[in-house]
Amino acid sequence: MEKLLGEFSFGLFFWQSLIFIGLILLLKKFAWKPILDAVNEREDSIKEALQSAKEARKEMEALQSDNQRILKEARAERESLLKEARKTSSEMINSAKEEAKAESQKILNQAQEAIQNEKRAAISDLKAQVASISMEIAEKVVRQELEDKDKQLKLVEQLLKDVSLK
Amino acid sequence: MALIPLKLKHLLPTLILALLTVQPTFAAKETSDKGDLKTEIREYIMHHLLDSHDFNILSYTDDAGAVHHVGMPLPVILWDEGIKIFSSSKFHHGETVAQVGANYYALDHGKIYKTDAGGTINYDENHHATNLAPLDFSMTKGVVTILFTALLMFFLFKGLAKSYKTNGQVAKGVGRFFEPIVLYVRDEIAIPNIGEKHYKKYMSFLLTLFFFIWFLNLLGLTPLGINVTGNIAVTFALAILTFIITNVTGKKDYWKHIFWMPGVPTVMKLALAPIELLGVFIKPFSLMIRLYANISAGHIVLMSLIALMFIFNNWLGSSLSFVLAFAISIIEILVALLQAYIFTVLSALYFGFAVEEHDHEDH
Repeated sequence: MEKLLGEFSFGLFFWQSLIFIGLILLLKKFAWKPILDAVNEREDSIKEALQSAKEARKEMEALQSDNQRILKEARAERESLLKEARKTSSEMINSAKEEAKAESQKILNQAQEAIQNEKRAAISDLKAQVASISMEIAEKVVRQELEDKDKQLKLVEQLLKDVSLK
Repeated sequence: MALIPLKLKHLLPTLILALLTVQPTFAAKETSDKGDLKTEIREYIMHHLLDSHDFNILSYTDDAGAVHHVGMPLPVILWDEGIKIFSSSKFHHGETVAQVGANYYALDHGKIYKTDAGGTINYDENHHATNLAPLDFSMTKGVVTILFTALLMFFLFKGLAKSYKTNGQVAKGVGRFFEPIVLYVRDEIAIPNIGEKHYKKYMSFLLTLFFFIWFLNLLGLTPLGINVTGNIAVTFALAILTFIITNVTGKKDYWKHIFWMPGVPTVMKLALAPIELLGVFIKPFSLMIRLYANISAGHIVLMSLIALMFIFNNWLGSSLSFVLAFAISIIEILVALLQAYIFTVLSALYFGFAVEEHDHEDH
């Protein structure tokens, strides 16, 4: 202890204290404060960047799931649209078929009617012709009667036979 | 193991220079007997541990027997009925009396005493000089080294602070090495010991303290023969600052824990108060002694081992001493950092006690 006191130099103590306190104050102003501020600022900015990156990732994930959902919805919609279209088309086809059937029926009916009419017309025409032929025959018969009465009768008879055969 | 070659690169010139510094003085007395050499070595080491009024790099004795000193004189500033400033070269390394005006001053064991023209110094029975010692504010070797360290730190850390502005928030150059250390002091020393809430106001002191002690410890390992942190006046100045800051910033809880410890019986309160009060002084005192003793011891061991090479004076003993001195040098580099760390951590711990806030009454 005595040795320590003997070694103690007040001058060195004085200068050391003066220089050291001065150094603390100078460094505080020119070094420590700017350094710590800069480091803090940097750390904050890193934290912020990490946070924003995290948020961006989250947002992206949300976006992706959104996309998935939209895609799903779109698919479903397409499906339903297709189904509807299929339904409509089959309905359309069915109704077209129905219509066509009805139309064909109608045409068929008309054709039958026309045929019937033609037939009737043909028959009446035939009847008229038969009448005229009968008249001719009758005329011929009349002429034959004039020549030979038996023959004429025979002929009439024969003709009539023929006619009734037709 | 990769560290060793790296350190070797820096240490080898250091050791060689150290040898060169020491050798001539020892070699001068080689012809005299071993006892004299040992006494001389002891005196040399003791002289080295003390502060000195000139910056002596090396001394040697030429063939003619004249002693030469290489170094520079430093200004001596005395307060002896008015300020007296003169160059330490006037002392001629303690060999002559310096005459300043009508006063005469002489050096004795690193201290300046007022004497007569003949330089008589009277000693009491304990071999203490009884001459009047004027107040000595000299720019000694220690003061010059402290100033140098302060300037070095100022420009180093100012440069680091500046590099953040010019280099987009990122340190560059030598600051890349020091920035993690600054952050270490903040994150591992200040915040855990003081707490997130109060640590900011102590940061300037802790950072300055840490680098100051570290740099001076390292400078002490250079062959310049500097011993600043192994000087009691310096460690006292550092410790008393810790003491003052602790007690000035001490909050109500801190004083309450010293004088009226909560949570113990009244009798214990009375018994604890003087012990706690004593602790207030013992804490910085231990800081002062620890740094002083560690660095002084390191210097004594290292110099003794170097001196051993000249005592052995044969290839086996000397090379063994060299290996030992080399190993101790490496350890001393670690000690330089460790002691700076311990001083800073303990200071932070004491600051932590001062600002600690308790929510009693339960402990």
